[in-house]
Amino acid sequence: MSLLHLAIISPLLLAIFIPMLYKAFRNIHTGWFVLPLPILLFSYLLTYLSATTNQQTVAETLNWIPSLGINFTAKVDGLGLLFALLITGIGSLVVLYSIYYLGKEKEKLGNFYVYLLMFMGAMLGVVLSDNLIVMYGFWELTSFSSFLLIGYWYHREKSRYGAQKSMMITVFGGLAMLGGIILLYNMTGSFSITEIVSQSGDIFNHPLFVPALLCILLGAFTKSAQFPFHIWLPDAMEAPTPVSAYLHSATMVKAGIYLVARLTPVFGESPVWLWLIAGFGIVTLFWGSFSAVKQTDLKAILAFSTVSQLGMIMSMLGIGAAALHYETLDDNIFTVATTAAIFHLINHATFKGSLFMVVGIVDHETGTRDIRKLGGLMNFMPITFTLSIIGAFSMAGLPPFNGFLSKEMFFTAMVRVLELDIFSLDTFGILFPVLAWIASIFTFIYSMILVFKTFTGKYQPEKLDKKPHEAPFGMLISPIILASLVLIIFFFPNLLSQSIIAPAMASILPSLLETGKEFIVHIYFWHGFTIELFMTFGVIVLGVLLYLTKDKWKKVYGLFPEKLALNKAYDGILAGMQSGSYRLTSSYMNGSIRSYLVYIFGFFILILGTSLFAKGAFKMDTSNVASIGIYELLLAIFIVIGTVSILFSKSRLASIIILGAVGYMVSLFYAIFRAPDLALTQLTIETISVALFLVCFYHLPELKKEEAGMSFKLTNAVISVGVGAIVTLIALSAHSNKLFDSISKYYVENTYTEAAGKNMVNVILVDFRGFDTLFEITVLAIASLGIYGMIKLRSTRRKEG
Amino acid sequence: MEILMAFVVGILFMTATYLMLSKSLLRIIVGTGILSHGAHLLLLTMGGLKRGAAPLLGENAEAYTDPLPQALILTAIVISFGVTAFFLVLAYRAYQELGTDNLEKMRGTEGNE
Amino acid sequence: MRTTNNVILQTSIKILLFFIVLYSVYIFTAGHYYPGGGFIGGLMTAGAIVLLLIAYDIKTVAKILPVNYRILTAVGLIFAIGTSAGALLFNVPFLTHAFGHVVIPVLGDISLHTATLFDLGVYFVVVGVTMTIIQTIGEDE
Repeated sequence: MSLLHLAIISPLLLAIFIPMLYKAFRNIHTGWFVLPLPILLFSYLLTYLSATTNQQTVAETLNWIPSLGINFTAKVDGLGLLFALLITGIGSLVVLYSIYYLGKEKEKLGNFYVYLLMFMGAMLGVVLSDNLIVMYGFWELTSFSSFLLIGYWYHREKSRYGAQKSMMITVFGGLAMLGGIILLYNMTGSFSITEIVSQSGDIFNHPLFVPALLCILLGAFTKSAQFPFHIWLPDAMEAPTPVSAYLHSATMVKAGIYLVARLTPVFGESPVWLWLIAGFGIVTLFWGSFSAVKQTDLKAILAFSTVSQLGMIMSMLGIGAAALHYETLDDNIFTVATTAAIFHLINHATFKGSLFMVVGIVDHETGTRDIRKLGGLMNFMPITFTLSIIGAFSMAGLPPFNGFLSKEMFFTAMVRVLELDIFSLDTFGILFPVLAWIASIFTFIYSMILVFKTFTGKYQPEKLDKKPHEAPFGMLISPIILASLVLIIFFFPNLLSQSIIAPAMASILPSLLETGKEFIVHIYFWHGFTIELFMTFGVIVLGVLLYLTKDKWKKVYGLFPEKLALNKAYDGILAGMQSGSYRLTSSYMNGSIRSYLVYIFGFFILILGTSLFAKGAFKMDTSNVASIGIYELLLAIFIVIGTVSILFSKSRLASIIILGAVGYMVSLFYAIFRAPDLALTQLTIETISVALFLVCFYHLPELKKEEAGMSFKLTNAVISVGVGAIVTLIALSAHSNKLFDSISKYYVENTYTEAAGKNMVNVILVDFRGFDTLFEITVLAIASLGIYGMIKLRSTRRKEG
Repeated sequence: MEILMAFVVGILFMTATYLMLSKSLLRIIVGTGILSHGAHLLLLTMGGLKRGAAPLLGENAEAYTDPLPQALILTAIVISFGVTAFFLVLAYRAYQELGTDNLEKMRGTEGNE
Repeated sequence: MRTTNNVILQTSIKILLFFIVLYSVYIFTAGHYYPGGGFIGGLMTAGAIVLLLIAYDIKTVAKILPVNYRILTAVGLIFAIGTSAGALLFNVPFLTHAFGHVVIPVLGDISLHTATLFDLGVYFVVVGVTMTIIQTIGEDE
């Protein structure tokens, strides 16, 4: 285990101690114990920066299940490091913010930080694992911790609903992804991403290629909330705001983007890949921004905005894959899409993180997030207002904020789609810039709503629960840091370009690089009067116009009938599946033991019978049999008569006594077959059993009438004859096929020397196989306690029924 | 002898199955009892019958019968005693509470309490 | 149990019981060399007590043998697990047994074996379990 592995699991390790720390130090906010870890991890990961900048990757392997090719290989490359830095960097800020957001008196902080650390470790595992199965494990752990965090305030019905919804959708996608991973394994024989990438050329024409691609994309789309799976993200906003800022905007929802980026070298050349990712991305971008405008809850606006921004990054990654069809880097105009995707990923984390924190502050200080109640807060919270201006303007794509840079690059990428002449993009491709432009207008509108409806306009104190005032300083630190980054990145974008963006691009598009070369990324403020700039002007002009006239055209949203909403479909499917599976289950689980036994015996006959004949195992060999004595023959006849007569006995007493008699005859058999221990045991057990049976029925109320004998049932008869026949056949075959010598020779030889005993059976029981006996007496003790409980610990008798 | 035993075991299994498929709880318990007898004899038969003296070194014999199935069966006998007792008391309590040992009648009371 | 006038049974049981218990103890101790052992010995002892229950009623038997059989079961389990785990103290795997010979005056050469302690645990558990079952049902109204 290397330091890198330790770094990945360190949040999980710390999580173990959090409940104890929480109990031991009630006066100190538990967050202070958590905070050092992400900071430490962030600094540790920064040390890898020099390696990845020089196109190196660091890989450490910890063997887990080597026989199946499943090993915990931690690998740091440009892409993984970018995400790991985001996770730990934003993580530190979020933990700091949460210390002021969550009061230590009211909240169950122990739980909160355990979940948060669990998420952090899982997310680091996702982005730093080279093995797909290990990555899948961490992937599901992120879904799981997200579920717990959304349901953190579990007494609220909506939290529980949101938690369940996110779990259902992301785990559904996760399972599809597991299917995709296994298909990839079938094609390449490896779970290692590095290995799979090196074989990507060979699997391109494999029949399983497209199914694998679809399954993996399903996982990525559900996780990254792409249309139509985005419906879980708005409901996930029930989580505490630090969680929304962290999981549901900066990190977890980007896991899908990470997956797409990571597997672009494998699938990127396929037209299906390009069309699906770019197509779903652009539709999500449009739908998210369009829906955001009609929201009235600040967090809902941010949720839909996140959906739309994720769609934007996704579409850029899709278009960026087109670059793979060009041999050389020099005239390749499509790598800009990938650059823009990574750049926007970073920018989005900064401005959206700060906006979430701003909204959290507003919620915390006024008690509401409803923009119909808010307004005029500018005078009460000047710092928060400034921060929200920076975040929102960056989101809208205005200078001088980093959103402007990436928005311009996004337009560049979309406009260049028109120059693509593959996969019929030259005809339908026009949709991309058009949709991108329209979506940007809506983005502009909701960004304005976010700021101006909250901070300007009429102050409505009567609608607020609390008197608003500026947030405590501690709560402002994290958003201030993020907002400063928004500005710094605008003025010095090239700080990032060679150190972080270029190495990440090298991981996404490795085939374009010749050995020793690297991507040259340069980000410009000023492109000249290009079409992108005019598009931005158009966005601003139209955006302002539409914002001012919003009340007039708002009716458009009424055109979409409520019944067709995706949420209804989700609820309907869930309810339908529940009732459907209930009906299916109750159709065969009908509560009658007899039916269950019929299934069991039916399968018993079917499976054993089939395998007996399919394998040709049935054989009857009469050469090596023991002789039959007259006593044995008589005994066998008596046993048969006895057993069969139980079937015809009319009284319970008679059947118990016959059962006892059969037991005694069996013990005689043991005696004849040279098993004295068995004979003794069987004799005493039978005596006690009969006594037990009689004692039990001695107490029972008088029977109203003697029961009739068993009525004959054909199904039962057929099944029981089948069972009997199969067992006989198996007994015959087992006797006739002796494949190897008995293993008992060891016991015969070693009983005296090893265990100083002469009774082999007893020595086996207490010595050689003592474990069996130990467990057996434990089972007996449990059975007796169960009986004791059933009789002695009954609840008060209900009225006679 | 093994051939004969195979048929005896088959008949034990057949009867046990038929009893277990009936509606009466007591018959089901008797059925499980018979089933365990059948299974024990099956184990013993599979190990080979009368291949030597009883597995006691004091016998000083040339060959001994296989001790391993015997040890397994001994365990099984005691366990099946425990299980039968448990079933029996379960049936007894059910009978006391519900006044019937007919499984089909018991089903109806589910959920009404 | 119902009290009935079982003079013959009650008289004979007084003598028989002694022999049955003695024989069960013999069977138990001989287990390592001859047929027998904890299971059979335990069952036989339990059978003897059941016989006593049939002859007298449950209250009388409880007076004669004031044993809490559930505790007996627990004691037996502790014996079995204790002897098995004791091996760990000697740095050998769980359940390793040891044996040796001791010469005691009067009785002569006696072979001692920790497996017997394990078997004693089995014996207690079997008696405890059987009697718990029978007694619980018997006491039930």
